[in-house]
Amino acid sequence: MLSYLLKQPPAPPSGDKRWKLVGATMRRYGYESYALIETMHAVQEAFGFLDEEALRFVAASLRVPLSRVYGVATFYHYFTLKPQGRHTCVLCTGTACYIKGSSKNLAAVEDKYKIKPGDTTKDDNLSLLTARCLGSCGLAPAGVFDGEVVAKLTPDLVMGRIARWMP
Amino acid sequence: MTDRPLTKNIRPGQPPLDLKGYEKAGGYAAVRKALGGMAPKDVTQVIKDSNLRGRGGAGFPTGVKWSLVPIGPDAPRPKYLVVNADEMEPGTFKDRLLLEGDPHQLVEAVIVAAYAIEAETAYIFLRGEYILAAKLLMQAIAEARAAGYLGNNILGSGYNLDLHLHTSAGRYICGEETALLNSLEGKRATPRAKPPFPQISGLWGKPTIVNNVETLSNIPHILVNGPEWFKGLSHTPNGGTKLYGVSGKVKRPGVWELPMGTTVRELLEEHAGGMRDGLKLRGIIPGGASTDFLGEEHLDLQLDFDTVGKAGSRMGTGTMIILDDQTCPVGFVHSLIQFFAHESCGWCTPCREGLPWTEKILAALEAGQGEMADLDRLGKQVKFMAPGMTFCPLAPGAMSPLGSGIKRFREDFERHIREKRCPWR
Repeated sequence: MLSYLLKQPPAPPSGDKRWKLVGATMRRYGYESYALIETMHAVQEAFGFLDEEALRFVAASLRVPLSRVYGVATFYHYFTLKPQGRHTCVLCTGTACYIKGSSKNLAAVEDKYKIKPGDTTKDDNLSLLTARCLGSCGLAPAGVFDGEVVAKLTPDLVMGRIARWMP
Repeated sequence: MTDRPLTKNIRPGQPPLDLKGYEKAGGYAAVRKALGGMAPKDVTQVIKDSNLRGRGGAGFPTGVKWSLVPIGPDAPRPKYLVVNADEMEPGTFKDRLLLEGDPHQLVEAVIVAAYAIEAETAYIFLRGEYILAAKLLMQAIAEARAAGYLGNNILGSGYNLDLHLHTSAGRYICGEETALLNSLEGKRATPRAKPPFPQISGLWGKPTIVNNVETLSNIPHILVNGPEWFKGLSHTPNGGTKLYGVSGKVKRPGVWELPMGTTVRELLEEHAGGMRDGLKLRGIIPGGASTDFLGEEHLDLQLDFDTVGKAGSRMGTGTMIILDDQTCPVGFVHSLIQFFAHESCGWCTPCREGLPWTEKILAALEAGQGEMADLDRLGKQVKFMAPGMTFCPLAPGAMSPLGSGIKRFREDFERHIREKRCPWR
């Protein structure tokens, strides 16, 4: 038997209790390498994003090369290596939403808050993201505000939703 | 017997049926029937006889797919059944309805399908954005497990099945079945070379079937009501009903279960309420983003896999996007190609390099900064990314609306070049 198979998984990077959630996910999958995506879901759920420390810890725990962990983290759209704002606004730019004027909604947010898709405002209040088809084409143009799908958006509606989050 | 089997339990605005309600509506009868005396091969034979074809877009006969899996005591094990619930094709919003509206129907279908190929483990590969569907599926799986429909020795038949839900981290290419398998293994979702096909060597190198949500949802009904009933639901030789959707500037966009072979006209005029006032139909993308444009001359076309194929397009997922006369066709095609360029997985060169270049040319054209030679350049890209030139169907799919769009709307492309601006802005 290879000696590393007998080793205990490494200790978490800090005493932060949220690492327990991550550890529980890995344990549930028996620390198998295929649990990589599920584990990174858990890290992001707990911490909001994936930093280098987290990637190194997951790589060591699941015995997956760091390069592969980084490769997976950057390949999938859901994972982010940057901290997100307190609130997120996702606007769909899929083709059905394009027809119904999604670009006007996007331009309105970009202009008012001076951010581009993928950015967060300086006060960390708002992250703007775009999605390519939310599977809600009957409700176009659609968006997601802090996890809630909102249909038939107009620039006024979008700005109104965001204004509620702003101090 | 109903003529709308897939959606008969779906009540708009209300939560889906729980296990008791679903059983009361005749649910899990197919599991009892299959596990209570049918051999796995017999189940596959019924599906073969029904002429059910894959609803994920390719239309491959489901029974034939299943019959390629090695069966019997000498077959390699474990075997796997994977549900492709990674609905992400632009303009496609049909599987979401089934996942959120009747999760037990899918769980039942998974049990029957897994039994037919003797799989002991099944996965539902769900799109990450479908949060409500994830919650409802987890509930349905837990209820089914508690009632003995999942786990060891199901209903005393000696058959064991475990069902897991995997939430995707989001990438269009995960819808391609071999890329999906890589993703389930915790890797980047890049497609694999075929052959070997997943039926022989799939998840962890073991025999695996990957089926779409809508395809599977048909299974329990076929098993209970028989293949002849299923064929009778359709207007054409492709069996069954189909979830058709319409989006774009129509009066009532939505998704409906209708007999296979319903015409474009019926769908557009009766169900979607026609175009919004003052707008004219200019083009139809019949089945999600990666299909060729159809036009007004195709209004009486019956939508099924064979008929749409003969008309020079594909039915794909059966959810159409309508292009009207007040939307710029160049901008429309640009929006589609933007999606594909962004979603290229980067595995093979023609797609990784070709799609972003195509996108740049289209962006320039749309902004009125193009030249006539750009149309030839786009034509060349369509050839470079034709079927067979790339590793998987993503890039050829992207070229379908582009190639047919340039032909159909050539005059509009040329106007952008001549007038050095977008006439719709």
